[in-house]
Amino acid sequence: MTLHERSIIEQLDDLNTGKYSAVELTRHYLDRIQQQEALNCYITVMEEKALATANAADTARAEGHNHLLGGIPIAHKDIFCTKGIKTSAGSKMLDSFIAPYDATVVARLAAAGVVTLGKTNMDEFAMGSSNETSFYGPVLNPWDPTRVPGGSSGGSAAAVAAGLCAAATGTDTGGSIRQPSAHCGITGLKPTYGRISRWGMIAFASSLDQAGPMARTAEDAALLLQVMSGSDSLDSTSLADPVPDYRADLSRSLEGLRIGLCEDFFATGLEADSEQVIQEAIAVFEQLGAKISRVALPHIAQSIPAYYVIAPAEASANLSRFDGIRFGYRCENPSNLEDLYRRSRSEGFGEEVKRRIMIGAFTLSTGYYDAYYRKAQQIRRLIKNDFQTAFEQVDILLGPTSPQPAFKLGEKTEDQVAMYLQDIYTIAGNLAGLPAMSIPAGFSSKLPVGVQLIGNYMQEGRILNAAHQFQQQTDWHLRSPGSVDVEAKG
Amino acid sequence: MKITETVVKNIADLTQLTFNERELASFSTSMSDILELVEQMQQVDTTGVEPMSNPLDATQRLRKDAVTEENQRDTYQSIAPETEDGLYLVPKVIE
Repeated sequence: MTLHERSIIEQLDDLNTGKYSAVELTRHYLDRIQQQEALNCYITVMEEKALATANAADTARAEGHNHLLGGIPIAHKDIFCTKGIKTSAGSKMLDSFIAPYDATVVARLAAAGVVTLGKTNMDEFAMGSSNETSFYGPVLNPWDPTRVPGGSSGGSAAAVAAGLCAAATGTDTGGSIRQPSAHCGITGLKPTYGRISRWGMIAFASSLDQAGPMARTAEDAALLLQVMSGSDSLDSTSLADPVPDYRADLSRSLEGLRIGLCEDFFATGLEADSEQVIQEAIAVFEQLGAKISRVALPHIAQSIPAYYVIAPAEASANLSRFDGIRFGYRCENPSNLEDLYRRSRSEGFGEEVKRRIMIGAFTLSTGYYDAYYRKAQQIRRLIKNDFQTAFEQVDILLGPTSPQPAFKLGEKTEDQVAMYLQDIYTIAGNLAGLPAMSIPAGFSSKLPVGVQLIGNYMQEGRILNAAHQFQQQTDWHLRSPGSVDVEAKG
Repeated sequence: MKITETVVKNIADLTQLTFNERELASFSTSMSDILELVEQMQQVDTTGVEPMSNPLDATQRLRKDAVTEENQRDTYQSIAPETEDGLYLVPKVIE
């Protein structure tokens, strides 16, 4: 097995036993990034810095320092501020933005010894489900370069799948970790809202945004989550609850685990081959001793409408800071202050970002607030209550991550509503703030299909345990696109 | 709800955005489509339901009003489009 197909746990073992050095491992990934440049996974590659960090990790290891992730090469979604390194959020607005500080997630992973290979491509300000709204162009799906990798963390997902990093960070506001993880055949986890600090993560919709790990295995995701989680005085919404040892529970038996299937997730709209994959996954969980039952989430159909009020409303407020004055894009030769604001914003933001700002400003405007924003927040509570009722009967919920596998580039760019409906199974988890993950469970027309596991608040350990046990029984997570020749195919 | 081009223009004023004729037409269509999707919310009776802004119903934590940050003006201004003598420059606003 080649280096980039090894999990982080295996790489750590190799590094500790001296099979190869962190510098060699880093060099291997840097070479692959260059070979597969056509996938467009990275916005910035930090070659020099990565090699220097790897070298330091080798020295530390030789001196007997055992960092939890010492010398493991990862990538950060370009939404996390990285001190001294361009942080673009996939936007022309921040094309010139050199972050003056590190995000808490970046600092915590650095303290654990990771090597940062670079910053991954993403939908502009995380607004998209296909990575096609990026100012830097779309990422190609390594399983089929004529298809999207999903979004918004499309660069991270494709980079992990293609072996261009050992793991990557992502963010998930409506499915942006889980949906691309499903489309690229990797393991991605969105934790409970507030489990990971949002400090230094460029804001999209603050009451929904949550960072999480994207990796090859559930065990790797558990290890990364361990490092990324925890209270942070710089984010007042971060949770104070102690961080459990996520890896300790991975080996627990699933005997008697109560898994609930959300009936509405299997209603019309789910592709037949994808449903087949999910049914086979359910059978695996039954073999592992889980008890399957059906649960109802009566308000789940309202999650997309509520989301497309709440997320744009918060985005319109968050993105008002981009005014062309203190940082970011400024238009040329402004005739006056208003011209500076209007042209900097109109030239700096892409179309989808403008659309969300406009929708948000409309729904928050006088006379419409109660009909839209307040109504959406009420529905949000009904959705949360549905989940709480369900979790009185079951331990975790299971369903598809996405209605079908990765679609073609350009297929949905003209129809926003069709694009928005891609997140039909993931959005409720954000509205309720629950931990949820996607794991590879099979294929539909040679494209990866993900199964989604949703847990109750703070039950990241529970879904990771279920995911790990599934991965001990199946090898879908070990499949990789191999040597897809992008040049020849694309 | 139909979003007319006049409404698009009004919201563009509120958000400091400018659209050309083609964009006004396309935003009028796409915003109308999105609001039609959003309208489905009205099917649900939410009488008496408390609106939810934080999934864990957490409230804002307060900290001591103490200085914790150092002045980093030079760092922050190094990424500004235009500065002079430690000040951010904008076009003249008073003649």
